[in-house]
Amino acid sequence: MLTAQWLYGLTGCLIVALGLRAALLHTSLLQRVVAVNVMGAGVFLMLIAVAYRGPEALPDPVPHALVLTGIVVAVSATALALALARRLTAEQNDG
Amino acid sequence: MADALIWSVVTPLAGALLTLLLPRPATAVVMATGLATTVAAGSLLYGVGTQGAMLYEIGGWTAGLGIALRADALSALLLTMTALVVLAASVYSSVYLSKTSERTRFWPLWLLLWTALNALLLSADLFNLYVTLELMGLSAVALAALAGKPAAVQAALRYLLVGLLGSMLFLAGVTLIYAGYGTLDMASLARTVEAGPVAWTALALMTAGLLLKTALFPLHFWLPPAHASAPAPVSAVLSALVVKAAFYLVLRLWLDVFAELVTTTAADLLGVLGAGAVLWGSWCALRAERLKLLAAYSTVAQLGYLFLFLPVLQALPPGPARDLAMGGLVILALTHGFAKAGLFLAIGVVQQRAGHDTIRELDGTAQRLPATTFAIALAGVALIGLPPSGAFLGKWQLLAGSVATGQWLWLVVTAIGSLLAAAYIFRVLGHAFGHRAYPNRPVTIAREEWPALLLTATAAVVLGLAGAPVWKLLEGGA
Repeated sequence: MLTAQWLYGLTGCLIVALGLRAALLHTSLLQRVVAVNVMGAGVFLMLIAVAYRGPEALPDPVPHALVLTGIVVAVSATALALALARRLTAEQNDG
Repeated sequence: MADALIWSVVTPLAGALLTLLLPRPATAVVMATGLATTVAAGSLLYGVGTQGAMLYEIGGWTAGLGIALRADALSALLLTMTALVVLAASVYSSVYLSKTSERTRFWPLWLLLWTALNALLLSADLFNLYVTLELMGLSAVALAALAGKPAAVQAALRYLLVGLLGSMLFLAGVTLIYAGYGTLDMASLARTVEAGPVAWTALALMTAGLLLKTALFPLHFWLPPAHASAPAPVSAVLSALVVKAAFYLVLRLWLDVFAELVTTTAADLLGVLGAGAVLWGSWCALRAERLKLLAAYSTVAQLGYLFLFLPVLQALPPGPARDLAMGGLVILALTHGFAKAGLFLAIGVVQQRAGHDTIRELDGTAQRLPATTFAIALAGVALIGLPPSGAFLGKWQLLAGSVATGQWLWLVVTAIGSLLAAAYIFRVLGHAFGHRAYPNRPVTIAREEWPALLLTATAAVVLGLAGAPVWKLLEGGA
């Protein structure tokens, strides 16, 4: 029985798997940062699918709050990674 | 008394904000914050000792909707160790960071890392654990990159990516748990969780994420460069506390929340990885050319010992024998925390005075820096596991448990690991004493040498001779 909830949930799992594969296999720094972000998007999609409680009922607010927090964390982590990467390239170009 | 829970988190956070706003009196603010947080941690430990586990619901919101903090004997002990180690490392850092420009960037991150560590140890629900893991990871990476050399930035970047990958795996596990059980509170989860594909997959995902963060062999590849290229006080905290916080979560999940799911095969698997960590980490420490790299590889090995306890605990039935082994695990973790922090601080002193930390060129260090060399030797006593260190008690319980459950392999691994540890410590001391004669000079102890000396003495003497309360606390307060 493939409902909309399962469709979204399983797609989320697939995206996590793809992101994990890319994060492990790629060596380029930028690709790995993007891969971890893709993985995060998959986890968030899973969380949103978990919140679904049927066409009539309101969705569960807790996973939504978790997704919001997760996005904030992912954005700040990505910012730190990019800042470090910039510093590294700048210093490699200098020296 | 339950207020101590919230103060342990709020005080360092307030200190972090204050040092950011007022960079000039930062050192005074840090010392005041450090003392206040240590008092909070101490009163928490006292409270857990007298009245058992404590719960604090932030804002009065009950579990399910609100955020709860919980402290039991295990978290209170680790919290107290964290406070003492960070306090000592703060005193050291106030001398180590001579330039004001370094301090303004260092102190806020330093206190933020402390906040994250305390919040992680006290969190009562899985999602907060994810948030605190990320907070800890981000502030640790920023601190590790502070040295500014390309090698440090590169190592920090790798550390960040590994950490992110680990927390994403953890979050995926948390999602599955919420989908399956509709709760994130660890206490209610422990009551409702049952063996099945959902719980299995969730535990596997969360454990994989945490093993990456705690650098269990063969996932340790990122640790030596990151810990060896960070500034000395940062290395001390990373090696002594940050990896141990992730290990604490593994313990929490395997022994508390998912205790009924854990099978002998799974525990044995972690034991085998731990054995690999002990042997490979000790071997690499023996071959290391720089002191800091030696200390970092020794962290990989020492974390391995902690994982050896898991199959032993799994095989022991609940009762006095299991309590003894559990106490051994905790005291080994505490001893390593104090000893490794002290070792890194001592290496920092050597590195600043001599301008390098190459082991071959340490000749005469014992004469020039007698107190620091003594601190390195004391740390060595604790890392090898000689009496009267706390590690001796811990390893003794590990051996007793392995014999009692017939798991002889762990006994052999522990013996080889301890011999290798003795070899790498004596190699350092051998070079430090050297062959040339130096004129006798009176022993002086500089201000930055005290923290290392006190930390390593705690590990090598105090915890071993006065370690009995740890067992008592774990039995009563768990």
